[in-house]
Amino acid sequence: MAAGAVQPLNPLRWLALPALACGGGALIFAAPMEAMGLRLPEPIFALVPAFAWAIIRPSILAPFALLVLGLFQDLLWANALGLWPLALLAAYGLTAMARPALSGQSFWTLWAWYLAAVTAAFALACGLTWLMAGEAPDLLGLGLQGGVTALLFPLAWRLIDAFEDADIRFK
Amino acid sequence: MKPPLAWLAVAALAVALIAAVAIFVADRRGAPLFPAASEVREKFDSVMGPVEAVISAPAHWGREGVNAVSAYVMAGSQNRKLKAELAETRFYGDQLNSLRDENARLRALLGVRTDPPLPMVGARTVVDARGPLSNTRLADVGADQGVMEGNPVLSEHGLVGRVIGVAPSMSRILLLTDVDSRVPVLIARTNARAILTGDGGPTPKLAYLRTHDAPQVGDRVLTSGDGGVIPRGLPVGTVVQSLEGWRVALDCDSAPIDFVRILLFRDFSQLLAPGAMAPKILPPLATAPPTPTPAAQAPAAQAPPPKAPVAKVPKAEVPAPQSAPARAESSDP
Repeated sequence: MAAGAVQPLNPLRWLALPALACGGGALIFAAPMEAMGLRLPEPIFALVPAFAWAIIRPSILAPFALLVLGLFQDLLWANALGLWPLALLAAYGLTAMARPALSGQSFWTLWAWYLAAVTAAFALACGLTWLMAGEAPDLLGLGLQGGVTALLFPLAWRLIDAFEDADIRFK
Repeated sequence: MKPPLAWLAVAALAVALIAAVAIFVADRRGAPLFPAASEVREKFDSVMGPVEAVISAPAHWGREGVNAVSAYVMAGSQNRKLKAELAETRFYGDQLNSLRDENARLRALLGVRTDPPLPMVGARTVVDARGPLSNTRLADVGADQGVMEGNPVLSEHGLVGRVIGVAPSMSRILLLTDVDSRVPVLIARTNARAILTGDGGPTPKLAYLRTHDAPQVGDRVLTSGDGGVIPRGLPVGTVVQSLEGWRVALDCDSAPIDFVRILLFRDFSQLLAPGAMAPKILPPLATAPPTPTPAAQAPAAQAPPPKAPVAKVPKAEVPAPQSAPARAESSDP
């Protein structure tokens, strides 16, 4: 980790700004854009802070921020309310449980763990949708959306890099 | 003693999880257990619609610009193509006029009642949820323009979906590809019925297909009108085969779904003349006046004869009993 880039742990900077950025990203990517028959991918931006916040340090506000982010996503996409909050919180909880093993790991190791968290979140969302609709969602579509979400890991790495060493109590 | 932050964080996670589960259980899309969820969705769509209209405006302008440039660059080849199409269309136009005339005469002969044209409103889509778990769009017309839940939505090529939520100036469209979408359809060649079932992929499945005549790749699929939610005969797509069975390549996928038309279709009673389904008031039964008994005739000779109760029925509305003329005929001689 680049110790020189460490910033003080201000909730506005490590929680509110990333959450707003995720909301803005979801809004921009929800625009009906299409070029030559190809449409914009639709990644789950909120999985980036869900992973990064769990690694930076235990937090009281982070789960509620994820709850709000997930509800915003459900309303924007007209999903069943509560679907993405559950998936995000599951990814956050699993990552938080593995936090002692993840702190200080390399970029590629953390990317692998991020992929596992994304897989867990998508598996839960897929299972719940299957349960509610009685129809299995398209696995190829899930794979594509999960893949695009996995490509967002550098953003999570940047967030972790900026704030992981800010609170020495949880080092 | 202050509890450690780690424990408080675990408690916060547990509370957030419980809240998420409670919200998920309480709100089921299409059948919310608490009406506040629908109101929240409507308000959210009302707010987000204009915001997304601004965000998506550059994309719309860009596409229109690209279309204008490509139309200019491709003008020569388009001209040749259009001339060929025009020549072909003239031939079909003559056939169409002949068939239309024949059709009108046959309809008149058979007394077939044709459905009146349905009113519709045009809309622009501003939000596009296209993941495998949700395929919906937000259109910029709503209850103020007469849009209601369940209204079918078409693009210029075919059926797109139906309206599942309406705010005053916005409406939410559930696309045919959504995992919750179920639309009764028929295969035009065989008249076989099926349910078009979305799964988040680009080609929805043909489920519950019951027919002796198996579908063929390229068969046209139309709405069947079964269930009365969507009128019959709207174009849906063509049959394609996949590893899992028969699917439908949607007509509406052949071009971007920027503009849509929302059919203001409620149910089939809308296609009848006003009052045609109103309950009829039947005329009262006409009964013969009571015959006086011999015991009652004696006092009746002294008293003025009572007026027999006669139902005041207009003659034209009461059908004459069949037996009456026969009796009259037999008693005449």
